[in-house]
Amino acid sequence: MYLRPTLYKPCRLYQNYAQPQFAALFYVFRICGQGVFLYFRPETLDEAVHVLAHSGGQILAGGTDFFPALGDRSVTGSVVDISGLRELRGVVTEPQYVKIGGLTTWTEVINTPLPQCFDGLKAAAREIGSVQIQNRATVAGNLCNASPAADSVPPLLTLDAEIELASQAGTRRLPLGDFIVGNRKTVRQPGEILSQVLVPRTVENAASVFLKLGARRYLVISIAMVAAVIQKDSTDRVADARVSVGSCSAVARRLPTLEQMLIGVPAGPGLGSLVTTDHLHNLSPIGDVRATAAYRRDAALRLVQRALDECVGSS
Amino acid sequence: MATIAPTSETKCLLKLVVNDCEVSAAGPPAQRLSRALRDQLGLTGTKVGCDAGDCGACTVLLDGEPVCACLVAVGQVENRAITTIEGLKSRPPLFDRLQRAFLRHGAAQCGACTPGMLVSATALLERNSSPSETDVMDALGGVLCRCTGYRKIITAVLDAAVPNPRTSSAETSCLGVGASVGQRVVRLDGKGKVEGTEIYGADEIPVETLALRVIRCPYHRARFRFGELKPFVAAHPGVEAVLTSKDVPGEDCYGVIPSFADQPVFALEEGEARFRGEAIAAIVGQPEAIENLDPAIFPVSWEELPALTTIDEAVAPGAPLIHHNRAGNVLTGGRVVRGDVEEALAEADAVVTGEFETGFVEHACIEPEAGFARRVGDQIEIQACTQSPYMDRADIAKVLGIPAEKVRVIPTAVGGGFGTKLDLSVQPFLALAAWRLRRPVRMVYSRIESMMCTTKRHPARMRCRAGATKDGKLVALDFTADFNTGAYSSWGPTVAARVPVHASGPYLVPHYRAVTRAIHTNIVPAGAFRGFGVPQMAIAQEQLYDDLAIRLGIDPLEFRILNALGNHTPTVTGQIMGEGVGIRTCFEALRGKWNAARTEAVEFNAKTKGPIRRGVGVAGMWYGCGNTSLPNPSTVRVGLKHNGRIALHQGAVDIGQGSNTVVTQICADGLRAPVDCFDLISADTSITPDCGKTSASRQTFVTGKAAYMAGRELRRSILGLANSAHEDAVIRFGESILTIHEDDKQHKLSLQNLPLDKHGYVLTAEQTFDPPTSPLDENGQGIPYAVYGFGAHMAEIAVDIELGTVRVLKVVAAHDVGRAINPTLIEGQIEGGVAQGLGMALMEEFFPGKGENLHDYLIPSVGDVPPVESILIEDPSSIGPFGAKGIGEQAVIPTAPAILNAIHHATGVRMRRIPATPDRIREAILASISSDKTGATRG
Repeated sequence: MYLRPTLYKPCRLYQNYAQPQFAALFYVFRICGQGVFLYFRPETLDEAVHVLAHSGGQILAGGTDFFPALGDRSVTGSVVDISGLRELRGVVTEPQYVKIGGLTTWTEVINTPLPQCFDGLKAAAREIGSVQIQNRATVAGNLCNASPAADSVPPLLTLDAEIELASQAGTRRLPLGDFIVGNRKTVRQPGEILSQVLVPRTVENAASVFLKLGARRYLVISIAMVAAVIQKDSTDRVADARVSVGSCSAVARRLPTLEQMLIGVPAGPGLGSLVTTDHLHNLSPIGDVRATAAYRRDAALRLVQRALDECVGSS
Repeated sequence: MATIAPTSETKCLLKLVVNDCEVSAAGPPAQRLSRALRDQLGLTGTKVGCDAGDCGACTVLLDGEPVCACLVAVGQVENRAITTIEGLKSRPPLFDRLQRAFLRHGAAQCGACTPGMLVSATALLERNSSPSETDVMDALGGVLCRCTGYRKIITAVLDAAVPNPRTSSAETSCLGVGASVGQRVVRLDGKGKVEGTEIYGADEIPVETLALRVIRCPYHRARFRFGELKPFVAAHPGVEAVLTSKDVPGEDCYGVIPSFADQPVFALEEGEARFRGEAIAAIVGQPEAIENLDPAIFPVSWEELPALTTIDEAVAPGAPLIHHNRAGNVLTGGRVVRGDVEEALAEADAVVTGEFETGFVEHACIEPEAGFARRVGDQIEIQACTQSPYMDRADIAKVLGIPAEKVRVIPTAVGGGFGTKLDLSVQPFLALAAWRLRRPVRMVYSRIESMMCTTKRHPARMRCRAGATKDGKLVALDFTADFNTGAYSSWGPTVAARVPVHASGPYLVPHYRAVTRAIHTNIVPAGAFRGFGVPQMAIAQEQLYDDLAIRLGIDPLEFRILNALGNHTPTVTGQIMGEGVGIRTCFEALRGKWNAARTEAVEFNAKTKGPIRRGVGVAGMWYGCGNTSLPNPSTVRVGLKHNGRIALHQGAVDIGQGSNTVVTQICADGLRAPVDCFDLISADTSITPDCGKTSASRQTFVTGKAAYMAGRELRRSILGLANSAHEDAVIRFGESILTIHEDDKQHKLSLQNLPLDKHGYVLTAEQTFDPPTSPLDENGQGIPYAVYGFGAHMAEIAVDIELGTVRVLKVVAAHDVGRAINPTLIEGQIEGGVAQGLGMALMEEFFPGKGENLHDYLIPSVGDVPPVESILIEDPSSIGPFGAKGIGEQAVIPTAPAILNAIHHATGVRMRRIPATPDRIREAILASISSDKTGATRG
């Protein structure tokens, strides 16, 4: 049996999880009045999914959603801290895909040289909280948290991103649009870890932008946001158009009617003026402390127009 | 630093590398790094402002990169390098330059954000030695500051990037004798703020302290029944007691204005809880047990009752009474009447009317309320952050049923106050628990708790009519306002009384009627917030006057100049000041910039096709210093010590505005001694005389004057001791020896063998100053304040008319401060006031029960506050020290109306519901477009 426990009193609980093939760190701690809990710090994805399969603890990665969700309560329950899984960090370019490890931080995304179509994603990364947040928050965390206002979702939708989920049973892959299914709801099962984001290398030299609307400059939750990718053909017409809007529905939405309409249109000045309210029909904004629903719908239209104009360099 | 001795079972030691030292942290690996740094390692320089990554106060370096320590689990950083503010001193020369630049530029006010700012700035400058202003803003964007308005922080960071920065004479200290007033003396309490060693409410933990958690009402209004409390205590190891209203030994009723006091420490079980967040009980016990206790398991059952949340509901006929003795749910009202307003309006050439409404505004101090109490024999000691130690003492004595002399209040450094720390927060719970359990008891409000249950700025609903002659002379103003004062009185009466005195603005208004009411609702009490209702009032009055000027075709600035109060014109309470009315000078100081900026904006709009429209707006302000027609004395004591140094006992709490420095400067010049001869003895009810509360912009004026008088008296006593009658004699303060120079003679006075008086000094001088006022009669006529401060702001803005977003490009702020005792600190007040005014105008609104955090409730970030040009006008009021007037609240008042007037200039829309958020501005623009169209079709 090979264990490197930093814990002292081996307790029966952890014997159950201690598998000879794993070198995971375990801590056992008692929280006064709450009971005994485990804190796992696996070093490999295999260890992590194994532990999850058996203990079902809360996943902790960048911590930027984990801790705020506690409110003024302290952590209770077992925790699986996956922030030590080095294999899930960094961006690699393969023939078919750019693969972004789930634990890649937004700062790492910003600092990685990437093709032009990632400009929108990088712009979104710079708007995620603050530098302090970008240094810790992970790509997987932003997706798994599934906030309607998650900044990275609209640009990743316009990149046709897929995500990979790893569990003890193996991995499965699905489009990002199928992964997030509602306000803070995903199809991730408790035993699964979002291991990587895969961006197909289909529009690498396309122009991309991200526009965020908030009521202050930094550290702000979006009232509305828009990401757009425009690929031109050799005659400077739109060959491929992807537009998505965030914070205007429970889940960020692509605008398929608009995208269809744009195909073949000259990719130059006036592109934005082709957008009408009808193109935004699949949004369902709500009113909240940040803005009214009517305003969101109106602002989203303006932002979509501006995003398209910016993509074709006429703003 | 006390920590719980971990049992072998709970003990879980993690090795951390903090500030280049290997240390061990005990406790759950999932606990926040910020908690471990502060509570276990004693590194309290890392501040906790929100526990949610929203404020950045807890920023530390993790392997050199800034992160929020509240979002990192200790278990995640084993063997990684963590650097806190305390560890930066090992990084000279950069950090040294940064600290000095922060002090020199006044970049630290309350200091609660300063560690986070310094850590973030260090990370930036280590990577980029010549950053642009945008680089600095990007780097500091994650740290919120509520005091400074950020501009001095940006300047300091840019300055520190350059090696060998300029050093001013003030920084190197030792100013000339009798010449410190008017100098940019570096904040005397600044060193601890830039080193992270300053002690705030949460920074000291008594040995073997217990912790306390308050159980609060989750509904706006509810009845409740406790379950079995004794079995609850018995069933929860570590829980020592539950306290309810039955445990209050004295009168269970407190409030900042004794005649209106109405708030119980805990709501009565026989009665009801009157607002969401009202305390009903407290659980006291071992810190670990209390921290991990889920309040949901507390044995209480709730019955939610229909609540009155708006003014309309509360004043509706038949509405239930929130306090049975306050008919119509009216707490109180205010009234000032002069001339015949109806007749004057009927005869006026132009009359404009307006209705305006503002929302709740949260103080959002970066430091949440915190402190501890302990019982020492028959005395109780409370160490906490507060703006009003003597008022706290009186209320605690009342609650405990003991004499005031048995209560000692020791204010810590205050990490932002702005009025909210005038009211009791943690103090009554701590005092009660420590008194009953005879053990030290500590508590720190979470951000959620702080936002849920501490006071707010009053929402206001204002209706007004103003009339003028066709040549632009104001003849009448009719102003009525209702303020939502929440469930308890707090400072509601002060707001209701102060607003009618000020609603004319700083103008001659011969016919005037201002009537206000403070209305109770089932909402968290609204209290004092920088300006006591006057900022809300100015939003209405200054926008209305803009409309009037536009109606008459007169330039809005010239209209204000034409009507500005003078030394010999009566105010609306009939007061003629005779001197020091500098408002016209303030407006005139803006004239050149105003004309240029207005022209530029108009030209920009004419030639630009896009959605951006520029606008320029102006607003004026006056604000009385000190209590309204009520005594508010300050007493200052100075003592000459055996060693030749001066002890200055002054009980004014420095909440970041700089009274520790300003009062010393004034006293030094009264005594004609250098500032560095002084040892400061900060507020403590057992060792400093009463200097009243830090509010109403009174400390420079009132406490400053007392300090001046005490300094003068000590000087006379010293000269008497030396048998010198010479007015101009120069006293040199040497070690244990004073040297008195007069004419060409000099003689030495050895202090070593002189007897000490009852205060322990060779000589003591104590002086009291109470500004002369007179009561107001039934029409509000009289002398409410001895001195007013005056000012005018001009805002240049850009509106995106398609999105309704506003960017403030620049603010020029002219303030008549009488005498600028310390220009750097005054600029700090102005820039911070502008930032709060900008927030109030554009983004800040608290919705009770929603968004009790700093990501739903937005205050301006470093990227939102424009450059501020301060113009200091010195039109002295002889009653103040060296002619000085207050500036703290004055600075916030004109910004919001200036911005709102600029929005009108840019877009033609008048914002009546404040804050003017993007959705409200866009809605107003759409409405004006559609009404234009309707108008056009009608022909």
